Amino acid sequence: MSDISSSPIDERNADIPLASSLEGIAHAVTDHVPEGEFEGATKRRLGLGFWFAVGWLVTIILAAILAPYLPLKDPMENIIVPSEGAPPYSPSSQFWFGSDQDARDMFSRTIWGARTSLTVGVAAVLFGMLVGGSLGMIGGYFRGTSDRAISFVFLILLSFPALVLAILITSLLDRSLLTISLTLGILGVAPVGRVSRANTIAYSDREFVTAARTLGAKHPRIIFRELLPNVVIPMSALALLGMAVAIVAEGGLAFLGLSVESGVTWGILIQIGSGRRELEAAPWIAMAPIAVLFFTVLSLNFAGDRLRAYFEVKETAL
Amino acid sequence: MTELPDHTLAATRTHPEAPLLVLDDVKTHFKTERGLVRAVDGVSMSVQRGESVGIVGESGSGKTVLSRTIMGLLPSSAVLDGSITFGGLEILGLPSKQMRHLWGAEMSMVFQNPLNSLNPVMKIGKQITEPLKLHLDMDKANARETAVQLLRDVHIPEPERRLGQYPHELSGGMRQRVMISIALACGPTLLFADEPTTALDVTVQAQILEVIAEQRRERNMSVILVTHDLGVVAGHTDQIAVMYGGKLVERAPTRTLFANMKMPYTMSLMRSIPDLAAPSHTTLATIAGRPPDLVNPPKGCNFAPRCAYARARCHEEEPPLVTADEPDHEYACWYPVGSPEFASRDEELESVRVGGTGVAPNGGDR
Repeated sequence: MSDISSSPIDERNADIPLASSLEGIAHAVTDHVPEGEFEGATKRRLGLGFWFAVGWLVTIILAAILAPYLPLKDPMENIIVPSEGAPPYSPSSQFWFGSDQDARDMFSRTIWGARTSLTVGVAAVLFGMLVGGSLGMIGGYFRGTSDRAISFVFLILLSFPALVLAILITSLLDRSLLTISLTLGILGVAPVGRVSRANTIAYSDREFVTAARTLGAKHPRIIFRELLPNVVIPMSALALLGMAVAIVAEGGLAFLGLSVESGVTWGILIQIGSGRRELEAAPWIAMAPIAVLFFTVLSLNFAGDRLRAYFEVKETAL
Repeated sequence: MTELPDHTLAATRTHPEAPLLVLDDVKTHFKTERGLVRAVDGVSMSVQRGESVGIVGESGSGKTVLSRTIMGLLPSSAVLDGSITFGGLEILGLPSKQMRHLWGAEMSMVFQNPLNSLNPVMKIGKQITEPLKLHLDMDKANARETAVQLLRDVHIPEPERRLGQYPHELSGGMRQRVMISIALACGPTLLFADEPTTALDVTVQAQILEVIAEQRRERNMSVILVTHDLGVVAGHTDQIAVMYGGKLVERAPTRTLFANMKMPYTMSLMRSIPDLAAPSHTTLATIAGRPPDLVNPPKGCNFAPRCAYARARCHEEEPPLVTADEPDHEYACWYPVGSPEFASRDEELESVRVGGTGVAPNGGDR
């Protein structure tokens, strides 16, 4: 992105009108600003909201990674405070987010829950991107029989009820972190794969791919050097959105009692706190993980959306 | 034909008098739902080493398909027939695995749209050095040095700085120069330029053509210039082949063609070049009608339905490619420019024009 701003008024004059917003065009029509200046004025930005979202995500991710080293209470320890009476304790200076029925600190549990939830999200998206992305690129690039076979697999995956598949896998196999991540990853294969296939088809028709061929490039080289860098851009924006979906989906599985067996996730925390009695007497038990999950998913969606829009317009300017 | 015999190609370099590229009755058909599309239908010609050949025709005349047939860049749905020899080696229908030995090193291509033909996310330097490393086994420093020299050859200012830039930082003309330098990187003996200037500014067009011509002279490389613009090929080719409806309709050395064109179609193309000397608001002469349907071509001459000089025979019998007064000049027409039938029809048309109906006012004096 730095290349936009770094070089001033060199050879790019031919492309500037495309990149400019309507405002920029209006300027160009009404007053004759030198091209370099008007381009600077219409430079594209990601916006303040994007940086807030990124800030939140960075905080959550750092907290999750550093949880064992932070001065947190043990998330599994029952901290009975006799002066406060019987748990659950409401939020106080001692329990920032309150405690649950078993007198466990919700703040500490939410951060420890982030570890599992984020791991599931990242692992699921990575799996979906890796498998779906490469299948989509293979189908989109080679077309023909392999494309038909791969598209058919995507179609089956898409038409198979996601929840049924998740229940099937988790009840047949175990409920380890790996299985849960893979299950959610498999659900991501088809959507990611379709995006990657569509983008690959679009880029395969571009002349630079033919140009690379006429220079003697082999298929793997074209796929990795010419197509992948172009296809990864729209896919990585999708990855953030996919992560949000995976985190929410984990919550859904937890609600059915099908999430990770050992340890805490946001989904499990919400499930524990959302009994009728708990919601009436101690709503903070569910609210703390719900709020953190909400802001995280919101940030992921917002950042992903902004990135997508940012790169989309940049694509058309190319 | 397991491996492409390199010695054959080496031999062609030592026998420069033999034609580099010989096409013999090349046919490229595509199977479609409507039927067989005869995109290229029996084209024969040859290209000498160091020669510049223009292939001219309007959209849909098969000129791009012809160049892609020679390059071996067609989809598998294409049905090929005839023979193409490159340096004595039969290359028609060669699988892309074997064509790959030729691509880049022996023949390469400059595309129509420079905005599209460079990878938007790869730096210029990388795009030039990659074929150098691949084909010529250059190391990084060596490839970089060669890349700078290549960019200098095509007159790009500050070549060192360009290596670190992305395509969107360059103008269209600059990008086409980069594209040319990439195509030239491995020293091809044959360069295809498929409408290399169509997407560019008129002022840039001349510069790009000059760069190609200059490199051709320096490298003794053959160039096939594919274009719809007779004006583009006029100053930059030794030989011109005019295509219509997938067929060669006239072929001659450039000088002969412009001095003595035989085919009414060539003449119409010539007339449709805007005449700067004509008064403003003169209606531009166009060729009425559309190119022939290549699935069901007309019975006689392909051009007859649009030809002002066509007679009954043109609609019935297909004219063969015959040799004109000069041995190197071929054309396919029953009543070529200069024949008595053409002259008498021309007089009729002239009288109508003078009569004030205003048909094709421009170029009536030619």
